[in-house]
Amino acid sequence: MTVTISGNDLARTISARLPQAVVAANDRFILVNRESIRQVTELLKTELGYDYLNYVSSVDCHDYFELVYQLTTLTDNRQVVIKTRCPRGDALVPSITPVYRGADLQEREVFDLMGIRFDGHPNLKRIFLWEGFQGYPLRKDYL
Amino acid sequence: MEIDKLRDTVNEADRTEGETIEAFKRRSLEPYPDPDNWLTEEVQRGVLTTTIDAVLNWARRSTMFPVVCFPACCAFEFMAASASRFDLARFGMEIIRASPRQADLMITAGTLTWKLAPAVRRIYDQMAEPKWVIAMGACGISGGIFRSSYNVVPGYNRVVPVDVYVPGCPPRPEALIYGINLLQKKIAEMHTKIELPRPALPLPGRLAGRK
Repeated sequence: MTVTISGNDLARTISARLPQAVVAANDRFILVNRESIRQVTELLKTELGYDYLNYVSSVDCHDYFELVYQLTTLTDNRQVVIKTRCPRGDALVPSITPVYRGADLQEREVFDLMGIRFDGHPNLKRIFLWEGFQGYPLRKDYL
Repeated sequence: MEIDKLRDTVNEADRTEGETIEAFKRRSLEPYPDPDNWLTEEVQRGVLTTTIDAVLNWARRSTMFPVVCFPACCAFEFMAASASRFDLARFGMEIIRASPRQADLMITAGTLTWKLAPAVRRIYDQMAEPKWVIAMGACGISGGIFRSSYNVVPGYNRVVPVDVYVPGCPPRPEALIYGINLLQKKIAEMHTKIELPRPALPLPGRLAGRK
């Protein structure tokens, strides 16, 4: 059975290694700085055993965008949700594709439909819509 | 990685695809010119062959081969209509052709996105004349509940000329069969027209500005 790890415990572990990374944590998720999202995922993957990325998703919260990452350990099936935020005017987040290759297409999907750019992504371009489409349709202010 | 070597090719293909879709969308959203409006009513009806019409129309309406073009869920109602319970074969159309070159009827069962629209147009263009289109379901008629979406074609008549509209979401097989019957009635009333060569004269005044 999948065990959802309390964010508080894991946040303490992360804070011990990356003091500036964690912004907030509760029993459901950990909110981290967008600048340190790649270091956090790298730490989680290489040292804490979170070797599987379930998904990358994004939420339009009007004032800011929220990126949601869910990670799982395949050995004992623990999972955790990491979130990060970026302001609407500066929608740029470090890519975690160098850490999890599986994030490649999902980050492209987020870029395609929500317009969040991923710094360091190897091939950031539209994936569902065609080249030349105007706008980002899943943003709340589209249309 | 191995895929990285192909990136330029893939990017080029994506860009070409994007240009194709954009150009197709722009073209499709222009209003249709009426292809016959340069002819007077008398000339259009001037030549007809009634007996041959009857035979041709009987042959055409009795063996309608639908092409496989079912982008979405209305296709299930079409499958139900063509399977044994509703038995579309009663109307002479039991064979669904996988090749558009052997088909003369397109039943557009489902939502169409702009990304797929050039492919549907291509299927239509490959079908042999004479050919007909049934717009099946709300999405086929107007885009349906997805009409205001950013990538849904608002009705197949933006892409291909439609003969019969079958409303419903999805339509029952009976409704589809009724639509096919209507199309067969339409075919029965077709007249064979002799294509007149277009005059090399300047067009009449009301059409002068038109391409």
